[in-house]
Amino acid sequence: MSKLSYFNLPDVGEGLTEAEIVSWKVKLGDTVAINDIIVEIETAKSIVELPSPYAGMVAQLMVAEGDTVDVGTPIIAIGSELAAPETTPAPVVPEAPVAPEADVMKPLVGSGPKADAVKRRPRVAAASAALAPAPTVAAVAAPQAPAQVPASNLPTQAQAAPKSSRVLAKPPVRKAAKDLGIDLNEVSATGLRGEVTKKDLLSYQDQRTAEQDGAGSFWAPATGSGLADDPRIERIKVKGVRKATAKAMVESAFSAPHVSIFVDVDASRTMEFVKRLKASRDFEGIKVSPLLILAKAVIWAAARNPSVNATWTGDEIIIKHFMNLGIAAATPRGLMVPNIKDAQNLSLKELAIALNSLATTARAGKTQPADMQGGSLTVTNIGALGIDTGTPIINPGEVAIVAFGTIKQKPWVLDGEVIPRWITTLGGSFDHRVVDGDLSARFMADVAAILEEPALLLD
Amino acid sequence: MGAAQQAASDSHEAASASTSSVNTGLNAATRPQAGESAGVLRANAVGSDEAVQLLDEQGHALHDATFSPYIAALSPETIRGFYRDMAIVRRFDAEATALQRQGELALWVPVVGQEAAQIGSGRAMNSADYAFPTYREHGVALTRGLDLADLLKLFRGVSNGGWDPRESNFHLYTLVLAAQTLHAVGYAMGIQRDLAADPATEPAAVVAYFGDGSSSEGDVHESMVFAASYNAPVVFFCQNNNWAISVPFEVQSKVPLVNRAGGYGIPGIRVDGNDVLAVYAVSKWALDHAREGHGPVLIEASTYRVGAHTTADDPTKYRENAEEELWKTRDPLQRLEAYLRAENLADDEFFTQVKNDGDELAAHVRKATLALGGADIRQKFATVYAEAHPLVAEELAWFEKYEASFVDAQNAETEGGAA
Repeated sequence: MSKLSYFNLPDVGEGLTEAEIVSWKVKLGDTVAINDIIVEIETAKSIVELPSPYAGMVAQLMVAEGDTVDVGTPIIAIGSELAAPETTPAPVVPEAPVAPEADVMKPLVGSGPKADAVKRRPRVAAASAALAPAPTVAAVAAPQAPAQVPASNLPTQAQAAPKSSRVLAKPPVRKAAKDLGIDLNEVSATGLRGEVTKKDLLSYQDQRTAEQDGAGSFWAPATGSGLADDPRIERIKVKGVRKATAKAMVESAFSAPHVSIFVDVDASRTMEFVKRLKASRDFEGIKVSPLLILAKAVIWAAARNPSVNATWTGDEIIIKHFMNLGIAAATPRGLMVPNIKDAQNLSLKELAIALNSLATTARAGKTQPADMQGGSLTVTNIGALGIDTGTPIINPGEVAIVAFGTIKQKPWVLDGEVIPRWITTLGGSFDHRVVDGDLSARFMADVAAILEEPALLLD
Repeated sequence: MGAAQQAASDSHEAASASTSSVNTGLNAATRPQAGESAGVLRANAVGSDEAVQLLDEQGHALHDATFSPYIAALSPETIRGFYRDMAIVRRFDAEATALQRQGELALWVPVVGQEAAQIGSGRAMNSADYAFPTYREHGVALTRGLDLADLLKLFRGVSNGGWDPRESNFHLYTLVLAAQTLHAVGYAMGIQRDLAADPATEPAAVVAYFGDGSSSEGDVHESMVFAASYNAPVVFFCQNNNWAISVPFEVQSKVPLVNRAGGYGIPGIRVDGNDVLAVYAVSKWALDHAREGHGPVLIEASTYRVGAHTTADDPTKYRENAEEELWKTRDPLQRLEAYLRAENLADDEFFTQVKNDGDELAAHVRKATLALGGADIRQKFATVYAEAHPLVAEELAWFEKYEASFVDAQNAETEGGAA
């Protein structure tokens, strides 16, 4: 095979950057004529059949079915020693020396990496400056940030956080998610720019199906490994996050004497406030939820009752004049409590961005150990699961935790009349070694006061 | 007239009546009937099922007192030529589509299904007449004598045009929807002035091509107002292919577009756009009308875009396969082939020859396209002004420096910055 013609994946739409090889219509050794269909590809726009630009024998299929490759990648090599049919003259193939990359006939329009609107061509300066950390990333992120975050006083970390709650995904993935009834927000994204890929969606679907299927067959004898003694008993090795969670909970529950208190709160004004924030231009593209107000309330109340933001060491009580606010999050890896560092310094909007970023990172299973260290007080949002309240267990090293129950409309007596209001229950657990009943009560009352009247935050 | 048509005209009546009876609580029950009272619109003149047809869908000849004589005057050779043109442009279209799929064109705009509308109207033109196309008039281009390979330069991005319109009286493709209708009227008004200045000038008319999607653009309205006001020799030829990318025609207009002609006070003709003989006859009539100084005509050719809007479009996302299949039974080529065979106007040898001619053209187009190479942006700098200009030189120098700053540019210095 002395002379091969390579066919590079073209951009069959306008500005597409990649496509999946769905199926090959030819195999090695087949003879093809110009315009014979050789492959079916799926782009973000549609499924398309590609006709061969060359006549000859198929010498190599360079991409496997199911693989997604960038536009411009050689996908097939066609040998030219077989004579082309008379009626279809062979295309003009540049007779470059044999070097796979340089030899390929360049489809000149819209298909080289240069035509790719999304990726950036490497600049000479960037390539030589090996010491500069990830200059390309910085270059891409920088122009986007000012456009979407008009407030200029954000810390750099917050700028890198996702600006919008809209999940990135290509149209076919969106459609598939819609068809499957899957909320893309729930799917961990692994795509290059944080987009949910088809693979992500399918693995989420597999997991969901497995769980749902499992429910139906749960009472049947289990199959699988580790079932030597009784097929009706399933043994799961305790490891990783599960093990760490168990250890921490035992440590906390049996070393810190917990006292739990509860308070019902009329959160109607909080709901109203959240609604207004959502509609405000300043919070455009930022996810706002009642949890944001609660977080702010907790920070506010801790400043008025500093002992709740502390650590018990045995011979000392360490009061922290900063708030690393922990948020308990269910993640693909298990329970995690990442915290927002120096949350006391964040404006409402910055806090909203930080909460979103924390949740997105946790959901993606990408929470780093450093994100979980140095927490000073934790909030657990059990209301997200529709639960009214509970007795949370304190995160080790802290002395207080607040459980945020679901907010729903309930009959409420106001000025002697029963009217529907948005009611929630706050639960708090405190380490009695540090926080006595009256302090815990005052702290919880302060948090409740903010939820009842968020305007107090202006105080 | 179908129920939808009636309902549509009802709403017109309501709109018109309410201007004279504001706040009277006019409702459906008290609406005046069409044509009953002075000042109330009559029902639409042309319904959605009515169109001039000289060949039915099986290729049987139909008679029309006004238009059949135009066909009777044609030689068999000419009618065979209609078929040949349609078949050739279809083959060309398939080759261009393949070239796009092979990465040789950035985009292609398929014409499949609209061959009769284009060949029929194109063949009706005299050489002095002038056509203003959209970006899909490949069939008209063929009738104007263009080398079809020239059409691909634009779609390969190597040229902003691709041919000299003065040689063929076929204007450059216009990608801005409906803009060409204004140019067409301007050109037609120019013809009027040439005639006024020198009565010996050969009378000519202009054809303004546009589609159902463009019909919603303001430009079309303005051009028709001007054409009517000035009695300009222009034929507005609308290929209503039923889809404005993904928007179905019913959304563009509640009534056949031809009815708009009445609003401008110009003749309107609705023709079966897949019947090449009817399209030819109707276009010939309209061009004669315009050329003889009677003013503009609107022709609505009812046809169908069998393929995608462009190669970047996937019609399965917005329309049913059944609809495409229905329109394939109305194929303009099959219809004329059936007629030619039934009338013994053409034999197998003819059809084989046409196929071979098509393949030959396709091979020529492929070869010419591959030989085009890539675009050279430096050539753009060279054509900004007739003579060298210091600002352009400065900008070119900046561009050269910028291009050289990329890693890949160092390896491929001669690439020309076409990306």
